[in-house]
Amino acid sequence: MDSTRQPWNPGTVNRYAAAVISHLLLIVAWQLFVVLGHVPQFVMPTPLATLKSLAVPNYRWFDNSMATAVEIFGGYFLAVVLGVGIALLFSWWRWLEVLVMPLLVSLNMVPKVALGPLFIVWFAYGLGPNILMAFAICFFPIVLTTARGLSEVEPDLLDLVRTLKGSRLQIFTKIQLPGALPYIFSGMKVAAILAVAGAIVGEFLGSDKGLGYLMLQVQVTLDTPAMFMAVILITVIGVVLYGMVLGLERVLVVRDARIR
Amino acid sequence: MAESFIHIERISKSYRTRGQEFLAISEATFDVEEGELVSLVGPSGCGKTTLLKIIAGLHPFDSGELRIGSAAVPFDPSRDIGMVFQQPLLLKWRRVLDNVLLPAEILGLPMAESRARARDLLALVGLKGSEDKYPYELSGGMQQRAAIARALIHDPKLILMDEPFGALDALTREKMNLELLHIWREARKTILFVTHGISEAVFLGTRVIVFTAGPARMADNFQVELPSPRTLDIKTQEAFGQYTRRIYHLLGME
Repeated sequence: MDSTRQPWNPGTVNRYAAAVISHLLLIVAWQLFVVLGHVPQFVMPTPLATLKSLAVPNYRWFDNSMATAVEIFGGYFLAVVLGVGIALLFSWWRWLEVLVMPLLVSLNMVPKVALGPLFIVWFAYGLGPNILMAFAICFFPIVLTTARGLSEVEPDLLDLVRTLKGSRLQIFTKIQLPGALPYIFSGMKVAAILAVAGAIVGEFLGSDKGLGYLMLQVQVTLDTPAMFMAVILITVIGVVLYGMVLGLERVLVVRDARIR
Repeated sequence: MAESFIHIERISKSYRTRGQEFLAISEATFDVEEGELVSLVGPSGCGKTTLLKIIAGLHPFDSGELRIGSAAVPFDPSRDIGMVFQQPLLLKWRRVLDNVLLPAEILGLPMAESRARARDLLALVGLKGSEDKYPYELSGGMQQRAAIARALIHDPKLILMDEPFGALDALTREKMNLELLHIWREARKTILFVTHGISEAVFLGTRVIVFTAGPARMADNFQVELPSPRTLDIKTQEAFGQYTRRIYHLLGME
């Protein structure tokens, strides 16, 4: 067979290897940039200096990471449950969607970040307002994509079920819900990224723990390596969340139906 | 004369769009005998699809009479209709076999038997070996074959097909026409076949009913006397040409 005309299709192992290589290359480039450019540490530390900041016990890396993770996962989980739940109610009661959807669209226009100070007034410093911030920022994309997915049913397919006198519940469980899953996941993927941003913004606005809080603390002392480390840990938490969503999508959604 | 399987008398239906009355079907009258394959042919907007949906019980009609089933051949509207559309409309997340089983699930038929039947039907439509594939792994023609198997799974007496091969390329379409005749002979169903393909209508139909548009009107209803079983050879016969010319004439296309 003439394989020269085939588009290059890397295997799974190659793909993983390529991902690892590109990440390592970034770290090498970072190291070279700092060393060769004589960049002072308070502007940009080397990767090694960044790693060394983990040794400072005062920064309580583990506790702060856990606090941020709880905010991100908590807010995200709430948003998925409530977002998908509300969209399901919409699909069952059209009048509810007609009544509430315009309100949601308006509320979505409210800059969630601007609500931060209010959240603090309502819930006091701590995890509460930050969970709420993560929730507020990723709730809408989930509602909107889920509602869209539930409403995208081929009319002819509905006719087919109607000729068999199928019930509304059958239409829902056999056609509507599985058909909406790809949309739900596309909303969940967008929301996963937003949840991380939401939790960190919440911590910036006022908090007594978490990686965002820690960043503000070490900023005062110009401990740039610790700031870099905090950003890296936040990213890792985000990657874990995103990876979990992708993994779940792989299990639940047939490849062809996935929305990228 | 015995009662026919489907009796349609002076059925009319109009729609209102933006305050304008639009006549979709005007006094359609015809009978279909059990086991016939009747082609409903006409241009877009002639009401043939609307009529099919009325027969399927999906649309109400304004006036006239519709009866399906007779004393000899009883008809249960919830179990005796199989539908095939222009798009295969397979569920992407289900394997082919599970797609075929959808009507059986909805009707609550015994699953073990239905599975065996689904396998037989997939073999009948030429999809043996594709039972565990997903729809995206099949070509358009193969997907439509699966959709035909799905329409047969609950053993309905009447199959309604709405331009089922309209989205396929010309060669696949010819092949599917032959396949359909084969399936029709094996499964012994009454089939109503909506199409805008004149040659397809004549080639498939034991009878052809012609509709014209603007205004919507049933223009002709004639028996097709061509040798059976039909092969592609008959398309070159003089009689075949006379039938198609008759339809072209009615549609004002000479």
